[in-house]
Amino acid sequence: MAYAQVAVAHDDHSSHDDHKPHGWRRWVYATNHKDIGTMYLVFAGIMFFLGGSLAMLIRLELFRPGLQFFDPLFFNSLTTMHALIMIFGAIMPAWTGLANWQIPLQVGAPDMALPRLNNFSFWILPFAFLLLLSTFFVPGGAPAGGWTMYPPLMLQGGASFPMTIFAIHLMGASSILGAMNVIVTILNLRAPGMTLLRMPLFVWSWLITAYLLIAVMPVLAGAVTMLLTDHFFGTTFFTAAGGGDPVMFQHIFWFFGHPEVYILILPAFGIISEIIPTFARKPIFGYEAMVYAIASIAFLSFIVWAHHMFTVGMPLAGELFFMLTTMLIAIPTGVKVFNWCATIWKGSLTFEPPMLFALAFVFLFTIGGFSGVMLAIVPADFQYQDTYFVVAHFHYVLVPGTIFGIMAGVYYWLPKWTGHMYDQTLGKWHFWLSAIFVNVLFFPQHFLGLAGMPRRIPDYAVQFTDWNMVSSIGGFGFGLSQLLFPYLIWKCIKHGVPIGNRAWEGAHGLEWELPSPPPFHSWETPPTEAVLARAAVH
Amino acid sequence: MMIRYAYSKLAAAAALLPLAAPVRADSGWGLLNMTPGVTDISRKIYALHMEVFWICVGIGVVVFGWMIWSLIAFRKSKGAVADTSLVHNTKIEILWTAIPVFILIAMAVPAARTLVDIEDTRNTELTIKVTGFQWGWNYDYLDDGVNYFSRLDRASDAARQLLSGIDPTTVPNYLLSVDHPLVVPAGVKVRLLITGADVIHSWWVPAFGLKKDAIPGFINELWFRVDPDKTGLYRGQCVELCGRDHGFMPIVVDVRSKADFSAWLKATAAEQKQAAANAPAATPAAG
Repeated sequence: MAYAQVAVAHDDHSSHDDHKPHGWRRWVYATNHKDIGTMYLVFAGIMFFLGGSLAMLIRLELFRPGLQFFDPLFFNSLTTMHALIMIFGAIMPAWTGLANWQIPLQVGAPDMALPRLNNFSFWILPFAFLLLLSTFFVPGGAPAGGWTMYPPLMLQGGASFPMTIFAIHLMGASSILGAMNVIVTILNLRAPGMTLLRMPLFVWSWLITAYLLIAVMPVLAGAVTMLLTDHFFGTTFFTAAGGGDPVMFQHIFWFFGHPEVYILILPAFGIISEIIPTFARKPIFGYEAMVYAIASIAFLSFIVWAHHMFTVGMPLAGELFFMLTTMLIAIPTGVKVFNWCATIWKGSLTFEPPMLFALAFVFLFTIGGFSGVMLAIVPADFQYQDTYFVVAHFHYVLVPGTIFGIMAGVYYWLPKWTGHMYDQTLGKWHFWLSAIFVNVLFFPQHFLGLAGMPRRIPDYAVQFTDWNMVSSIGGFGFGLSQLLFPYLIWKCIKHGVPIGNRAWEGAHGLEWELPSPPPFHSWETPPTEAVLARAAVH
Repeated sequence: MMIRYAYSKLAAAAALLPLAAPVRADSGWGLLNMTPGVTDISRKIYALHMEVFWICVGIGVVVFGWMIWSLIAFRKSKGAVADTSLVHNTKIEILWTAIPVFILIAMAVPAARTLVDIEDTRNTELTIKVTGFQWGWNYDYLDDGVNYFSRLDRASDAARQLLSGIDPTTVPNYLLSVDHPLVVPAGVKVRLLITGADVIHSWWVPAFGLKKDAIPGFINELWFRVDPDKTGLYRGQCVELCGRDHGFMPIVVDVRSKADFSAWLKATAAEQKQAAANAPAATPAAG
C-alpha cells in the first residue's frame, strides 16, 4: 500500500524526476520501453529509406531495356539487399518498435518484462546491419543470390557469403529475444482485470506473431548454418554429389519463410483492427472471430510452405495438399476483411490520416489476397511462378499491406508519443500520393508477369518497356512521397499542437487513459477496474 | 566520365519519355494478360486462370462495393450516428465463413483435374534431356545422337553489354533469341528430362504453359504436345535466379511438322557424327 502511494506520487512528478540517464547514456543503456521503442522505430525508418533507395536503383535500371547503369551482378545484389534490408531491417524492427511502445501501455504494464534483454535485442541490430551493409565493399560485392539464398547459387558467393550468414544469425537472435520479451510481457504483466479476451487486437496479433517468430527463426538459423558448413567445412547437406539435396534447403527455408510472411503482416491486422473502430466510432465487429482468425492463419502458415516451390518437381499428392491448404488461408483472411467491413457498416466515419491508411490497407491488401488465391492454383502457378506477377502479389501485401499498416499505426499513436497533433493536411497529402503511386508502381507488374517477364532480371525484351516505364515512374513517385513522412514527424515534434489524453474522439484503450506524452514510467500503479471499463475496446 | 554519361542518359530518357511510346512500332501497352498458348494443357491453364480471375473480380465487386457504399453512406459529416450495438452476429459470421469454402471448392476441382492431366507423363514419343548451365541450355536427343548447346544470340549479346550504345529496339527479338533453338515436332507428346549442371535454373516457354526447375543432381520431367497446326518459333527464358547472366539465357523452341522434324533430326545426327569423326584429326591441325 505504501508502495502504491509512493508510486503515485512519483508518477505525478514523472517529468521532473524520472531518474532517466541523460545524453548518450539514455540511449545506449536504455531499458525503458518507450526509449527502446523509439530507437527501433528510428532504426526501421533509416532502413526503410536505405532499402527504398536500392529499390529506386532497381527501377532506374529497369526504366528502359538495355543496361544503362549497373553490371548484372550488382543488379542481383540490389534485389537481394533490398529484400534483406526491408524485411529484417525495416519491417520487423518497426513492428518490434511499435510493440515496445504500445504493448505495455495497452495492457497496463509499467514496462516490458525483460528490460535489459530489450536493450540487448535492439543493440544487436545496428551491428547486424553494419555487417550486412559492409558487404557492398568486400571483394565480390554484396550477396547476389536472392534473399532466399538458394544453394548451389548462394554457395558461389564471395567474401559476402559468411558475412551475410552471420548478419542473419544476429538478426534472428534479435528477433527471438524481442519475441520472448513480448510473450513474457503479455502473459505476466497484464494489469489485474485485463483478461486475454479483453486485450486490444494489436496485442493479440503480436502475441501470436511472437510465437511464430520463436518457432521459425531457429529454422532459418539452421538452414543458413548448413549453408555455411557446406561452403567451408565440406558437408553436403545441399549437394547431390555428396548425397544431399538442393531442394531440401528450399523446404527448410520456406518452412521458415511462410510463417515469416505472416510475421510481417499479422501485427498490421492488429493495428487496422484498432484504427477502424476508432474512426468508425463503433467497436470492432466479431472481436473473438478476429482473434481466432489470426490464430488460424498462424497455424495454417506452418503447412503451406511448399507453395513457394511448386516448380521444383514434387509428387501430385504434394501439389494437391499444398494447393488445398493454401486456399484454406483465404477463409480466415476473408473473415477478417468481412469483419472490418462490418465495423464500418453503420458507423460514424471520419477520414483522418490513420483511417485513410487503414482503409487503403483493406482495399489493397485484399487485391494482394486475390492474386494469392490465383497463385495457389497449382496449374496456373506453373505460369505465374518466378514472374513479375509474383512480384506484384507480394509487394501488394507488403507495401500497401504491411508498410501502410505501420504508417497507419504511427499516424494513430504519434500524438500519444509526442503529445502533439501533427499536420493532418500534410498527412493526407502523404497518404494520397502514396496510395496513388503505389498502384502505378505495382499494378502494371501484374501485366508484366502475365505477359511473361521473369523476376530478378536486369534487362528485358523490348515489348515489356511500356509497363516497366510506368512502374518505374510510380516507383520514383512513391519513393519521393515518403520524404514527407520524416518531415511530418519532425514538424510534429517541434511545432505540433499539444493535445490531451485522448487524441482521437473515438479512441478506446488503456493508452488513451494516460497523458500525452505518457510519463517516462507509466502504469506504475495498475489501472483500476473503472479505468479498464472505460478503456474497454469491445 | 561514367557518371556524366549516366546522367546524360538519364536526362535523355526523361526528355524522351513522352515520345518514347509512340515512336516504337511494337507497343507493349496491350500486353495485359496470359496468352492461351498452343497446347491443350496451356489452354486448360488459361481457362483456370480466367475462371479464378473472374471469381476474384466478382468477390471484389461485392466486397469493395459494400465498403465504398459504407464509406459514402456512413460519413459523420453527413450526420451518421454509429450503431454501437452492432458487434456480433453468429448467423452472418457462419455464412461468410461457409460461402468461401464452396467458392474454393469450385476452384479446386478443375485445378486438381488439370493437375492430374499435367502429371500424366505416360506414352511420350520423343525424349530430350535439357541441361541448364551458367548461362545457357544444352539439348540432348537421347535416342538419336543429337546434342547441342543453345545460347543468347550474338546480336542481343552485343546490345546487352553495359552502355553498349546499341538500341535494343533495333535488335530482332532482343534477349529472346538464341543461336540454336530446340527443335521439336508438332502434334507429338514430347518429354523433357530437365536437370542443371551447376546451379538451379528453370525452363519455361509461356506458350506451352509449364515451367520446371533444372536442379543439379536431380532429373525433372515435363511434357507438352503442340497443336499439329501451330508450327513456328516459341520463346521463353530461364526463370530461376542463376547468377550474373540469369537474364540472358533465353529459350527458343522451333516447332516443325513431323516430316520436317524427322528430316532435320536425320541431317543433324549425320552432321554431328561427321564432326565427331573429324574431331581427332582436326584437333592437332588446329593446334
